[in-house]
Amino acid sequence: MSFYRGMTCANVTLKGDGGTPITAYTARPEGNGPFPGVVLVHHLPGWSEFYIETTRRFAHHGYIAICANLYERAGAGNPDDVAAKVRADGGIPDSQMVGDTAAAVAWMRGQQGLNGKVGIFGSCSGGRHAFIYACQRKDVDACVDLWGGRVVMGKEELNTKTPVAPIDMTKDLSCPLLGIFGNDDRAPSPEQVDQHEAELKKHGKTYEFHRYDGAGHGIFYWHRPLYRPEQAMDGWSKVWGFLGKQLGK
Amino acid sequence: MCTSIVELARAEGMGKRGDEWFPLNQAVVAYDHARHAHLGDVITLDFTNTTLEPGARAAVELTLDTAKELHAALARAIAAAELEEAEAHERGAPPARGPRLVKVA
Repeated sequence: MSFYRGMTCANVTLKGDGGTPITAYTARPEGNGPFPGVVLVHHLPGWSEFYIETTRRFAHHGYIAICANLYERAGAGNPDDVAAKVRADGGIPDSQMVGDTAAAVAWMRGQQGLNGKVGIFGSCSGGRHAFIYACQRKDVDACVDLWGGRVVMGKEELNTKTPVAPIDMTKDLSCPLLGIFGNDDRAPSPEQVDQHEAELKKHGKTYEFHRYDGAGHGIFYWHRPLYRPEQAMDGWSKVWGFLGKQLGK
Repeated sequence: MCTSIVELARAEGMGKRGDEWFPLNQAVVAYDHARHAHLGDVITLDFTNTTLEPGARAAVELTLDTAKELHAALARAIAAAELEEAEAHERGAPPARGPRLVKVA
């Protein structure tokens, strides 16, 4: 095996929430494995190129990876336009996200060469969604929440799409959690991260939070002014360390 | 920042994408992190047609300061237009708005 491993990438169709077909991008490292798996939950800007690249990044690091298009019901087209439509519609229902993500986890668990361990990873709204999934389902072994906003929500923010604040689901968290946050972020604010951390401690959950000075939201987004190379590189090392430990890589 | 600051308004008119104009039915104003502008958080304006595909969208991302300047300019233009319309109405001219349907016997 050469230092740089090859990979195979393909779009697959999943039976998403309510049986609706949705597309997912997958990347699989060359070889027979065994490999751990990672399910990526994309962010508010949608099924974007960043997430497709990050799916391949996981395969490059030896994980089978899948990222489902959670916005597929909003129509076909440039993910940017589709995300704008979803934004205008007030986002997607949390329950629909759980159903779609469950289909991605099921796909992962059906892969030959999987070592039996599956992690979930998301940033921004995807971090919030990954945390919700890990609280509502018991079929993932590790959760990575990168700067997920609206984990702490006021009653006035709750609606039919987001009926329960994720922080109130903390007691049901079913796996270890890694959180990465920027101290200049306002959603989540450092105070909200404190609240979430207190709730995790209260319920005796296994977690590690890493909080960076000089960084706000979207620390890893290399194509945005939010990018913070030093913090991003350290943050990625935390992701690899955490997933390597929890998923037995 | 993941905000949920989104405001919707009815839009009647046309928008342009590429070389193509399309009818509008919705304007979306949001404040969130920029997707394209090399800025942090921005006011985004999306002029769309909800009956067409998601690509039917004319979009801009503006700094908060320039969005305020646009808001002020829009207010000035609307005030002047309303004055113009009021004067025209006094002269007995039909309002300059929308297609006027003429019944043909």
